[in-house]
Amino acid sequence: MKKLLVSPAPHLHGKESTRGLMRDVIIALSPSLLVSIYFFGFSAIKLAFVGVITCVLVEYVIQKYITKSKVCVNDYSAALTGLLLALNLPPSSPWWIMLIGSIVAIGVAKMSFGGLGQNVFNPALVGRVFLLVSFPVIMTDWSIPSSWFRAGADATTGATPLAIVKEGLSNGLTMDQIFAENNFSYLEMLFSKIGGSVGEVSILALLLGLAYLLIRKVIRPHIPVTIIATVVVFSGIFWVLDPSHYPDPLFNLLTGGILLGAIFMATDYVTSPMSSRGMIIYGIGIGVITVLIRNFGAYPEGISFAILIMNATVPLLNKYFKPAKFGKEVKNG
Amino acid sequence: MISTIIFTILSLTLLGLILAWILYLVAQKFKVQEDPRIDNVEEVLPGANCGGCGFAGCRAFAEACVKAEDLDTLFCPVGGNDTMKSVAGCLGMTVAEKAKQVAVIRCNGNCDVREKVNHYDGYSSCAVMASLYAGDTGCKYGCLGQGDCVTVCNFDAIKMDPRTGLPEVDEDKCTACGACVKACPKSIIELRNMGPKNRRIFVSCVNKDKGGVAKKACDVACIGCYKCVKACPFDAITITDNLAYIDYNKCKLCRKCVTECPTHAIWEVNFPVRVPRKTESEKNEQ
Amino acid sequence: MSKTFSIGGIHPHDHKISINAAIEDFPIMDMAYISVSQHLGAPAEPVVAKGDKVKTGQLVAKSTGFISANIHSSVSGTVTSIEMLPDIFGHLVKHIVIKVEGDEWEESIDRTAQIVREIKLSPKEIIERIAQHGVVGLGGAAFPTHIKLTPPPNKKAEYLLVNGSECEPYLTSDYRIMLEEPEQILIGVKIMMKALGVEASFFGIEENKPEAIKIMSRLASASYPEIKIVSLKKRYPQGGEKQLIDAILKRRVPSMGLPIDTGVVVQNVGTALAVYEAVQKNKPLFEGIVTVTGECMSEQRNFRLRVGTNLERVMFAIGGFPKDAVKLISGGPMMGKAVSRMDAASVKSTSAFLLLTQEETKRGEEGSCIRCAKCVDACPMGLEPYLLNRLSRAGRLEELEENMVHDCIECGCCMYSCPANIPLVDTIRFSKAQVIKIIRSRPKK
Repeated sequence: MKKLLVSPAPHLHGKESTRGLMRDVIIALSPSLLVSIYFFGFSAIKLAFVGVITCVLVEYVIQKYITKSKVCVNDYSAALTGLLLALNLPPSSPWWIMLIGSIVAIGVAKMSFGGLGQNVFNPALVGRVFLLVSFPVIMTDWSIPSSWFRAGADATTGATPLAIVKEGLSNGLTMDQIFAENNFSYLEMLFSKIGGSVGEVSILALLLGLAYLLIRKVIRPHIPVTIIATVVVFSGIFWVLDPSHYPDPLFNLLTGGILLGAIFMATDYVTSPMSSRGMIIYGIGIGVITVLIRNFGAYPEGISFAILIMNATVPLLNKYFKPAKFGKEVKNG
Repeated sequence: MISTIIFTILSLTLLGLILAWILYLVAQKFKVQEDPRIDNVEEVLPGANCGGCGFAGCRAFAEACVKAEDLDTLFCPVGGNDTMKSVAGCLGMTVAEKAKQVAVIRCNGNCDVREKVNHYDGYSSCAVMASLYAGDTGCKYGCLGQGDCVTVCNFDAIKMDPRTGLPEVDEDKCTACGACVKACPKSIIELRNMGPKNRRIFVSCVNKDKGGVAKKACDVACIGCYKCVKACPFDAITITDNLAYIDYNKCKLCRKCVTECPTHAIWEVNFPVRVPRKTESEKNEQ
Repeated sequence: MSKTFSIGGIHPHDHKISINAAIEDFPIMDMAYISVSQHLGAPAEPVVAKGDKVKTGQLVAKSTGFISANIHSSVSGTVTSIEMLPDIFGHLVKHIVIKVEGDEWEESIDRTAQIVREIKLSPKEIIERIAQHGVVGLGGAAFPTHIKLTPPPNKKAEYLLVNGSECEPYLTSDYRIMLEEPEQILIGVKIMMKALGVEASFFGIEENKPEAIKIMSRLASASYPEIKIVSLKKRYPQGGEKQLIDAILKRRVPSMGLPIDTGVVVQNVGTALAVYEAVQKNKPLFEGIVTVTGECMSEQRNFRLRVGTNLERVMFAIGGFPKDAVKLISGGPMMGKAVSRMDAASVKSTSAFLLLTQEETKRGEEGSCIRCAKCVDACPMGLEPYLLNRLSRAGRLEELEENMVHDCIECGCCMYSCPANIPLVDTIRFSKAQVIKIIRSRPKK
């Protein structure tokens, strides 16, 4: 007699897998990566390569020899962390910085919490902030390395638009003066902003990635949309009150990695809330904190810190903002 | 420079003293009056918080001991008689000695003798599996082999034997706390007396089906044939629902039932190896 | 505009491959194994003894207690034994074993094909007739229909909802009867409306069955205006009682409540047909439409199968157990029960035998939860399966109750959508049973 397979229902399972979801995010990142390779050439490739390899290796070694648990580097999550970290660094960063960042990201921020699904903070961001605090000079050196494709063009820009604005404002200049001095162009920011981390070079490429993630239903629109809306509204309030000392919302949106953060870092499954309401509050929190850091803090940008701060609130958000239950507080007729 | 350091040290010391004084006052004010003997008793308990005594934890057991008139109904299975003696000492009471017990697995249907009739592909938990269906072998009473008893054991005393697919009790580590007995959805595990020299005899089967059905499902099932009952000189064995049960208080460990059992469902543990009796032909040869 | 329920849900591929297989009578077997526990509630008590001659449709076991149902012989022949035999789960259940001799039906059963439209019986008589003929809900749970049609005295039914959504993948038995016996179903619905004393009824059918919607709407608008055919979006679990009420009437059944709390009674299409046959044709429920399907099979079938048919025989009729198949499911793939042994027999509520291959059904290796919230999005009850799973594994029943584990309808959406293959429903179902037991054991306020 044939031995049947017995299991509780359901007997069908969806095609989605952890691996597939991670792969989708990597695919969504690829336009940004390609654009940055076009602009920064070998240094972008080098950073991405070192990041991915180090993260995967560190995770493998920890799982195999330290925690002695099942090795699951083939779920692409470590590779994704490496890639994200690479896209968050200045293009001229040396390879060893990437190495240190990856070890911190995987070793400290991910594996010491228990691995995939257990970490409180976004590993790539922890890596980035660790580097930013430890190596402030390298991490704010926005000079552009030579590229195969763009040899000699726009040789150097010393700082990101945000840093320029911050610097200018502290020197007593008004926004108009700064804009005029530096020839900022929104169009250029949209397609190929110069000065900024590897991944945020083209806003359009990032939006392409967002579209892919939404179409494939990898993420829900709640988090990116609320972050962007909050940044626009909240920075808009400051701008309306005093346009000469606060940058306008569009400038805020297009610079300093807001989109990279909103689309790829804040939406990290493990460190973002589970319910729609939680996601919206989380997004608002990130937007508000980012604008506050930018306008009043010491750092010119602020989304990394904002996301990390809101990461810490996620367990609370999950506890207090639960999805609306079907059968609770029913009102009929 | 020096003055800064001195000032810092002084101010911190002062702050520390003031806070310590406040803490002391608060502690005095909100002191909970508790029988100090509870602490003493808790001290001598093992502190495993396993719940084997029937209380929520060691603290609750200690409270119960202090309140109790006598200790006859209270017993810490983990600490055993020694611990109970210490507890009695703390409280100025006496306690009767109890026989040491151990968990026994009453199923010996390993992979070879109990054929699988289907494959289970669900969450690896006996409780979940038992709530779904009768099990993956023909025997619906036997061990499901998902290891709920292993999970609940606080003392690392039960392990699944990958060879037989059955759990195995490490009698040195087992404290007879009873967690596995409660966890087993098929009620296979029983606490039995450890026995003299750790020797014990028990029926390693809980199949209540009629002989033929039981035997078909598992080669080593108890078939309720009454051979052991007849063989037992001490009336220690009873059969209910086609299943034999040996009363460990009556059993004198004579081992007669073990040899009688046609399906080898009765187990003897920690006995010396039997010298095989010489058969007629061997005797003739000599 | 098609309607649908408000939260959660998934869209699995519907695999309705047996949709064009017309219903055929399954050849009568040599032996019938009729279980006395084919319904929710107390098992019935056999009223025949070994050696008795029985006719097809004759009462063989009488209902005991309030929630129970009569059971009738599905064949004619001699009772050879009444013994404990395994059901599909391997649990031993009392079965009446009948050796088949010919196929002689009870004379009272109207076997003509003529459609009886006039409803002569009074509501009370209708319910008595349904109880007498052992009709149970054919949507899956096999709840005795006469009890469902008798709401508690303090509650009044306003609408009757008929579930023709057949939202489970693969199943086509409901679709086939809507195509082949549409008027009988509508008369059945009318009978139930009369029994309940309701004026209006909604009949929900999912969009992926346009033919059924067309036929039923044409017939309903022509002759049965009180029954409204509602087109529903294709979405699982549309056929769940609570979801169907939400979809059609936008009313929500409260937690731990019943549909009647919103003034609604939900019945399945198959039940409507069984009610028609019981009331108008005097035919007890002893056979049902069963889809036998699977991608691994060359032929897809819809059988009219007598209760008590041995599963091996069903497999024999389709040319043997397919080589690639590893799992046999009684019911649909989302909520159906995996059969653990082939020597069991079919029961009243059997709606399908589905054969799945290793590749289609095998569970993936369990990974760690990445908190992607796909389960939260998919849950039609607004629960948090990831959390319930974690609490279940830790056995924290109080927190499980706070998080409304008792609202779970075990539809399987969470597990279907989990990318890490976590057996969410296995653990949640188990703890839900414990929590419900605790809630029920509490004294009522």
